[in-house]
Amino acid sequence: MEQLVQQLLNGLTVGSGYALVALGYTMVYGVLKLINFAHGDLFMLGAYLAMTTAVTLLGRGVGSPWVILPAIFLVSMSLTGLTGVLIERTAYRPLRKAGRLAPVVSALGAAIVIQNSVMLVYGADYQVFPERLVPVASWTVAGMSIPLLRVAMLAVSLVLMGILYLFIQKTTLGAAIRATSLDHDTARLMGIDVNRIISLVFLIGPALGATAGIMIGLYYRQVYFTMGWTYGLKAFTAAILGGIGNIPGAMAGGLILGLFETLAAGYISSAWKDAFAFLVLIGILVFRPTGLFGERIAEKL
Amino acid sequence: MPKTPARFKGPRLWLWAAGALLVLGFPLLVSDYWVDVMNFCGIYMLLGLSLMLIVGYAGLFNLGHAAFYAVGAYVTAILSTRFGVPSLLLLPAAGLAAGLVGYLIARPIIHLRGDYLCVVTIGFGEIMRIALVNNPWGLTGGVNGIMGIPRPSLGFFAIHTVQQYYYFILIFIVLYVLVLRRLENSRIGRAWTCIREDDTAAEAMGIDTASLKLLAFVVGATGAGIAGNIYAAKMTVIAPGSFNFWESCVMFSIVVLGGTGSIPGVLAAALGMTALPELFRGFLRARMLVFGLAMVLMMIFRPQGLWPGARWRRAPGAPGGGGGPAVAPGAPGGGGGPAVAPGGESGC
Repeated sequence: MEQLVQQLLNGLTVGSGYALVALGYTMVYGVLKLINFAHGDLFMLGAYLAMTTAVTLLGRGVGSPWVILPAIFLVSMSLTGLTGVLIERTAYRPLRKAGRLAPVVSALGAAIVIQNSVMLVYGADYQVFPERLVPVASWTVAGMSIPLLRVAMLAVSLVLMGILYLFIQKTTLGAAIRATSLDHDTARLMGIDVNRIISLVFLIGPALGATAGIMIGLYYRQVYFTMGWTYGLKAFTAAILGGIGNIPGAMAGGLILGLFETLAAGYISSAWKDAFAFLVLIGILVFRPTGLFGERIAEKL
Repeated sequence: MPKTPARFKGPRLWLWAAGALLVLGFPLLVSDYWVDVMNFCGIYMLLGLSLMLIVGYAGLFNLGHAAFYAVGAYVTAILSTRFGVPSLLLLPAAGLAAGLVGYLIARPIIHLRGDYLCVVTIGFGEIMRIALVNNPWGLTGGVNGIMGIPRPSLGFFAIHTVQQYYYFILIFIVLYVLVLRRLENSRIGRAWTCIREDDTAAEAMGIDTASLKLLAFVVGATGAGIAGNIYAAKMTVIAPGSFNFWESCVMFSIVVLGGTGSIPGVLAAALGMTALPELFRGFLRARMLVFGLAMVLMMIFRPQGLWPGARWRRAPGAPGGGGGPAVAPGAPGGGGGPAVAPGGESGC
């Protein structure tokens, strides 16, 4: 019983990270119908930027977590978001009118560029996050110890997702994003600056991905330059699971995938954990390509 | 439009003869090291050619080609080390096994659209790698892989030196090129092109798109399996690390950078990807970075690839000869891979 509860909590924590990254995939797919292969690497970049900020601040003698934590979120989110915008401008925008193959290849190229730039700057080894950035405390609830960090991660993710949901559903900008993902031309006729909306999406998506990167870094206390691939692919699975282009779907998909993966790793085999996630991806694409909650849409000809 | 020059006349013939002589004489002119570099390049050429059939001809995005390569290599390694079958005899077995895996993988997913197919193939590639690492039934040897694979030999015929490998691989490259050229201009090849250009129109023309796509996958996978056999027998040691996602990525880039559906383009790109980094040894760390940049820049400035295929050059509206920027102004979708101007394919 205790093991099950721990597994469930762990699954939700892992899943909330997937959900944050999945939002970036799903939003970009919504407005551009493009799988942003570079997104996973932006998540990785976010983690590295957070580590650098923390190390720099600690080196300057700033020790209070109340300064360091907001600083790493601010720096990492804004720089990663700007990188996302930059990539859209340079690698995707010139190809918007091109066929389907060109943007996919360009996205892969962008992913390789980010990954190898990080590798050249930081080296190919695992990098360790500084110690004691966050208090290593745990609560004891009904005889079970629950790490504070895990709960905090879940809470931060849920709050961010809630804010994003309200932003998309209730604000004018959110409505503009929704309109753009339905139809560029009609959105333009309604006076929406489609290019700015796409830039905005490429700012928000990677910034959310960066928060996931920061939290994963804080939690596992290590980052490596290829972490973006596996993590990104799983987050993409989460986005597909919820129906790509569907924002609440991506959130739910992330949590479901996290739970499934943790339970499968805990009760079946941990060595095959990643394979389970990819099997889910393939299964969903084969049997229900619109995702668990997506409605059936006619294939665009 | 310039007329198609008669292939074997005057200076053209001399050029071909000189090229053939250079290729045949290459191992005699350079050190063993460079011959070995060329051998690796040759294996990538085989992989690139086999993937080109899937990506270039049929227009199916396959980013998991390393999985088929792995099947060929592991089938060779397991059967030769456990049952003592000569690795050369396993060459067809490796091809067949990879083809079968290709069929089983592609069967349920063949109806998926472009980028979805791409993601599923990435997923299969990863599952294959994880399976190899996890050593199912003690067959694959886990992370360390399998050692002691015999080199290709059969009676008097044995391959040991790098020079011998060079010619061995060369035979296969010539074979692949011949097969591809025959396929390209066959009824099947034209149907593939048609599917690549417009799936729906192809179906409307009475082309059995699902079966033909599946055929492309199976034939391409078989090609990769044979390359896997050659690789395993050449290296005598294989490990899952050689069949990861980056390998698939390199193969995919060879096809795309070379030019969709162009045999000389693929050969040139494979040469560039493997031989150029060797020339700039110190530059090795930044190799992948340059490679990623090249992918982005190519897509923006020269989406048709280094050496576009004949069907690209023949597309109406595109400047003849493939020299200048081939994006026809006003041609819908003229910039990108499979989407040439509609009506550009008279072979349909």
